[in-house]
Amino acid sequence: MAATVERLLGKSIKRREDPRFITGKGTYVDDVKLPGTTHAVFVRSPHAHARIKKIDTTAAARHPGIVAVFTGADMTGVNSLPCGWLLPDLKVPPHMPLASDAARYVGDPVAVVIGETQEAALDAAEKVDVTWEVLPAVTATDQATAGGSPQIHEVGASNTAFKWQIGDAAAVDVALQGATVVKKRIVNQRLVANAMEPRACLARFDAATGDLTLWVTSQNPHVHRLLMAAFVLGIPEHKVRVIAPDVGGGFGSKIFLYNEETICSWATRKVGRPVKWTSTRREAFQTDAHGRDHVTEAEMGFDAQGKIVGLRVKTIANLGAYLSTFAPAVPTYLYATLLNGVYEMPAIHAEVTGVFTNTTPVDAYRGAGRPEAAYLLERMIEAGASALKLDTIELRRKNFIPKFANGYQTKVALNYDSGNYEAAFDKLLTVMDYRKARADQAAARQQGRLVGIGFATYIEACSIAPSKVVGSLGAQAGLYESGKVRVHPTGGVTVYTGSHSHGQGHETTFSQLVADELGIPMEQIEIVHGDTGAIPFGMGTYGSRSGSVGGTALLMSLRKIKEKGKKIAAHLLEASPDDMEYANGQFQVKGAPGKAVPFGQVALTAYVPHNYPEGLEPGLEETSFYDPSNFCFPFGAHACVVEIDRDTGHVKVLRYIAVDDVGNVMNPMIVDGMVHGGIAQGVGQALWEGAVYDGGQLVTGSMMDYAMPKADMLPMYETDRTVTPTLVNPLGVKGAGETGTIAATPTVANAVIDALAPLGIDHIETMPLSPERVWTAMQRAKR
Amino acid sequence: MKLPVKTTINGQAYSHEVEPRLLLVHYIRETVGLTGTHVGCDTSQCGACTILMDGQAVKSCTLFAVQADGANMTTIEGLAKNGDLHPIQQGFWEKHGLQCGFCTPGMILAAHQMLERYPNPSEEQIRHQLEGNLCRCTGYHNIVKAIQWAAEQMAGKK
Repeated sequence: MAATVERLLGKSIKRREDPRFITGKGTYVDDVKLPGTTHAVFVRSPHAHARIKKIDTTAAARHPGIVAVFTGADMTGVNSLPCGWLLPDLKVPPHMPLASDAARYVGDPVAVVIGETQEAALDAAEKVDVTWEVLPAVTATDQATAGGSPQIHEVGASNTAFKWQIGDAAAVDVALQGATVVKKRIVNQRLVANAMEPRACLARFDAATGDLTLWVTSQNPHVHRLLMAAFVLGIPEHKVRVIAPDVGGGFGSKIFLYNEETICSWATRKVGRPVKWTSTRREAFQTDAHGRDHVTEAEMGFDAQGKIVGLRVKTIANLGAYLSTFAPAVPTYLYATLLNGVYEMPAIHAEVTGVFTNTTPVDAYRGAGRPEAAYLLERMIEAGASALKLDTIELRRKNFIPKFANGYQTKVALNYDSGNYEAAFDKLLTVMDYRKARADQAAARQQGRLVGIGFATYIEACSIAPSKVVGSLGAQAGLYESGKVRVHPTGGVTVYTGSHSHGQGHETTFSQLVADELGIPMEQIEIVHGDTGAIPFGMGTYGSRSGSVGGTALLMSLRKIKEKGKKIAAHLLEASPDDMEYANGQFQVKGAPGKAVPFGQVALTAYVPHNYPEGLEPGLEETSFYDPSNFCFPFGAHACVVEIDRDTGHVKVLRYIAVDDVGNVMNPMIVDGMVHGGIAQGVGQALWEGAVYDGGQLVTGSMMDYAMPKADMLPMYETDRTVTPTLVNPLGVKGAGETGTIAATPTVANAVIDALAPLGIDHIETMPLSPERVWTAMQRAKR
Repeated sequence: MKLPVKTTINGQAYSHEVEPRLLLVHYIRETVGLTGTHVGCDTSQCGACTILMDGQAVKSCTLFAVQADGANMTTIEGLAKNGDLHPIQQGFWEKHGLQCGFCTPGMILAAHQMLERYPNPSEEQIRHQLEGNLCRCTGYHNIVKAIQWAAEQMAGKK
């Protein structure tokens, strides 16, 4: 009888991918070296908006070491980069890989120089002579539709890409009558993802086979392949292989199909040699899709007891100069559908206007829409508490949706899976020792110190998503995931997942899952991701979907493997397949573990089928596609304590406490790590980060100007959990990749406002709450 | 015009002719072919390119290759000895001090010099000493833990 195998799921197993990273042996795109590689350098618009009168490439093409120079006029037969989410009546302007009529943001590429070396290409790029006719530009979100603003595209009058709404406007009108209504303008500023690895691509066309191979920094290589093949380049999909090797962080910014990989994939066929491009950080700031950038007017109504009666939201969402791949979904279905939060709300109406501006395109950045919703709700709750002179904790308690195990229909389309919101909040108060925290704050205030305590709850829709649902909402793709399990004749297992790890640790967590299901050691398991040449298909990793959607696809294949294995084992044992079970790495007759065939023997038999069930195919390999029946809805409550320097306005985060409920947890160490990183990004938005345009220029265009959070700006985080499994998938996992980012921004902002409350400040309109902005608010309050 | 450069990297001697404008990090990555040293920015903020040069942690993007003529350098590839991880590498593994791994080589080498300066660093010292290294994944929490772990291990071995 086989020994009972220790279960690995739920344990903090050290990561299997780490040895290569800590020894410098990771392979990121820029580390891939091919003989004969040429180097692409892009000529970009220095203007926010300018007509291209002429591009003279003569001098650049004559420069020593230059292989080719191309402009948009050369790219005949190449189509616009597609928008993958079409809202009703969405205005979709062309987005050509190289702009040839006009440039619409600083960084918009207009030519590519391909050289024997990067240095040669850089030198020659300076010789590309573009004659510009500079046009007026608009970058500010709330100015895009104004009368005097320049029209950016032929389509989209008044720079309006869409007007979209959800909820019941009439019900909100009624609900807010006679209620105590708080009204706030809330600016959720523009952010830059800044994954540490800049984007990169290497395209190689093989003239002998007609195959194109593209190495690219992608969170979803199959999506890259599909979009390029089907929409832009017209290359047959089966002749394209996209490889996303080790990828150094994504946070959304590596989901999208960008100009550069499209151009390099096109150019490699023209020059007959591999073409490589690696973004500089300056280019990354200018061209990686940005995040957030909302200007919102919100009104929340409360009855005399403090119950929320209605919420009215009007948001302008800046989409930038073009529609990035999933841009229209972010400020609509990923934002306004979350405005029910964790609270009972009788009436909600949200109206969103998506606008074009002369700025870098905006798309999903970690959290994507959901942070904007949580920030709005939690600021409004605080404003409500202030107006009603109610304790913020009591106000939240009055409004929590009561515990439920299977389904809660919101007023904005979503049906939450399972929730126990007050329990997470209670745990938060216990972990932080709330009474003591308030006593300490009171003592600090006695000394004249500005100490604040802030809270936020959140809900997230993740495990994206049921294909049928998202299709009905405008998605041009399905959002299932694939998982293939190949058992080798000698019992080793290779797993091919359509999910992609760019830091999430799939090679570890998925190995834990496989090891548990098959009762075999992790050393026998290999996880393959990021290669369309190996993996059946995949929608990739974003929206906290790998564990829940990708993991479930794997689980389905593992179960098919076991079903087939039972038939083989039953044949060997001369038993009925119905009498077989799988336990501890062997197929055994139910209740008779002595009558058993080990996994390895079944694997070998499947490939050496001499003594084999009649009619059963040889081999042991299964593929599954899992399309979830619903989103999953993680939730939680965070708190922090801040202190503000009276003289400088500098905010210091003294404590940060997170209680998250992400359903079942596959690897606590990895989940905690993702929560930590998410918190840092959320704190970054609250206090330091922000993309700023001035005169059309992105003035926060480098890491010298854009305030990335550093180690000495952040505290240790105190993390805890409640566990409310989802019934949506058999693993009971909800998703954990974005929770920290969603919760941390309102938590910190609320703490800052709490610290400033003694000065009579109850709101600061715009983040980041930088020293200057806080100091200015303090000076105004003194007057 | 090319200039001669002789270096020692991870115990191995190299001799090349390079363009004067070639940055040391590109020399290491492209000329020598050691790709564990990364480039994460172009303004010397991120520290992904940190190496040890004559015992000092330096950002290899802030030096020209010709300035490293005669230098003895260690990159991330040279830190483990005979297959044994350095305690700092081990610490990053034990304490989950990395996610995407891109900043990790620079973090580890910055920590290397830190622990020479401060064998028993406080949390505050660790955070302050890491001001030249950015990480977008971990929120730094587990990087601090990893360095604390390494400091304890290294103290125990002395």
